[in-house]
Amino acid sequence: MTASAPDMRVDRSTKATRIGLWAMLAVALLLAVAPWYAGAGVINRLTALCVYVLLAAMWNALAGYGGLVSIGQQMFFGLGAYATIRLSEAGVDPFVAVALAGLAVALLSWPVSLVMLRLRGGEFAIGMWVLASVSHLLVNLDPLIQGETGRSLVALNAYDTETRRLMVFWMALLAMLLVLGLLAALLRSRLGLAIQAIRDNEEAAGSLGVDAFRTKQVIFVLSAFGIGLAGAIWLASATSFQPKTYFSVQWTAYMIFMVLVGGIGRFEGAILGACLFFLIETWFAATGVWYLIGLGATAMVFSLYLPKGAWGAIGLRLLPFGYSVTQGNGDRT
Amino acid sequence: MQTATTPSGTIRATGIGKRFGALAVLDGIDFRMTTDEAVGIVGPNGAGKSTLMAVLSGALAPSAGRVELDGQDVTALGAPVRSARGLMRTHQIPKPFTGLTVFENVLVGAMHAGGHKGKAAHQAAFSALELSGMTPLANRQAESLGLLDRKRLELARALATGPKFLLLDEIGGGLTEAEAAELVAIIRGLRGRGIGIVWIEHIVHILLQVAGRLICMDAGRIIADGDPQAVMSDPQVVRAYLGGA
Repeated sequence: MTASAPDMRVDRSTKATRIGLWAMLAVALLLAVAPWYAGAGVINRLTALCVYVLLAAMWNALAGYGGLVSIGQQMFFGLGAYATIRLSEAGVDPFVAVALAGLAVALLSWPVSLVMLRLRGGEFAIGMWVLASVSHLLVNLDPLIQGETGRSLVALNAYDTETRRLMVFWMALLAMLLVLGLLAALLRSRLGLAIQAIRDNEEAAGSLGVDAFRTKQVIFVLSAFGIGLAGAIWLASATSFQPKTYFSVQWTAYMIFMVLVGGIGRFEGAILGACLFFLIETWFAATGVWYLIGLGATAMVFSLYLPKGAWGAIGLRLLPFGYSVTQGNGDRT
Repeated sequence: MQTATTPSGTIRATGIGKRFGALAVLDGIDFRMTTDEAVGIVGPNGAGKSTLMAVLSGALAPSAGRVELDGQDVTALGAPVRSARGLMRTHQIPKPFTGLTVFENVLVGAMHAGGHKGKAAHQAAFSALELSGMTPLANRQAESLGLLDRKRLELARALATGPKFLLLDEIGGGLTEAEAAELVAIIRGLRGRGIGIVWIEHIVHILLQVAGRLICMDAGRIIADGDPQAVMSDPQVVRAYLGGA
């Protein structure tokens, strides 16, 4: 049955991916023990970094792997924060509420996907933005939120500042690792190949037996889950919820920036993009308007000279998502 | 590949009509074949050949008529389901997954319509690559392939699904004489594997090297069907091609 190809072998991991995985694990460990060697300010910043990585990875999953460009992902960020407030007001411990909020947003995104994924290209992108604005307005109508007055996650006051800082940081780190792990597992599976096939050519994917709609739904819901979780964690770290800061399109703009600069369609690229964004913000945010001009200029330089992003220029594969074929005497073709 | 052991199947299409608004592209098409056949379809531009292919493969729903695969009505089923049941189509303009390697492209077919998992999927992909002469290019990014290789990749992807029927839409178009000959050799090789072939082609002489039966379409209808030589000399066919007279 397989007589025609007796001497071929498939490898998923290479030397680079083995080193890459170990390096990532080491970085994760280093981050986990950060509270023992870093001050309070640094911990707060690292929490932000984890949230940025989460956001970038999720937008990249949707657009870079799934070909679904959305400019309304702030919807899930805002809803994640809002769900945390609501759950906490209902008596749930605020940290448990953060985790549940991610799940709640994922649950909600399922019916949303049934409608939105029928839209194509630009219609989908704008449709998501419209939906984000509608959810913003609906949240405004909640008497608990009272328009833009907002609400604080008051239940957090039960914990002292230091405990809170550490809890939020570890939750952010855990959420980031969990969601990155989920995405990695997805990309490695047969669904991961299907998602990329749909991105490159939906009709051809369909004629090869790929159920495009279902596959897109999976990536859409995962992306909503990660971003919802990010919104919930951001709230736990900032404590006050004001709808317009959470439902702001600026969040999606940041996601797009991080992914384009880091390298769209590359898992490592989104992470690198988040780190670059984080550094730019850390060093230049205080310069106000010049910071924003700098972000815009950086985006322009990258799209003109490095359209595949920083990681695209590096071109390394640190994660075992691909398939490399070895034939006969071990020659790589 | 399991194709060699697949029991023979049938395609049967009856009364197929397809309208785009006021335009009738297909009109009362009756067509049947078994996996033992290689059927060529010719006809002038606009005769409805590619539309018939799309209706048979499930990419387009017909406005009238029904399509049966192995005696089962599949008219309401889309391309993903039909391809999983062994009805595979290649596209006139190759549609490679440019972000994936050649092997990964083929693996999509093996894993989805082919229904293979793990090592079995790898083997199905290897066999398909081997059959279509793509093995040396396994690790190449599909983006970097030339036209002949893109066409061979279309074929390899289709073969990896273990098809009963292969619907080839102008797979020879745009190739040089030598390249087309290479492709003909590959397709002839498939005949011994019990795969039924439907092949639309403008270049009639390469088609005749594979097809044991020829259908000529014109203006959405089948105007001749049978032995290739007889069809090519049929007065109606000659008129459709040369016009007037």
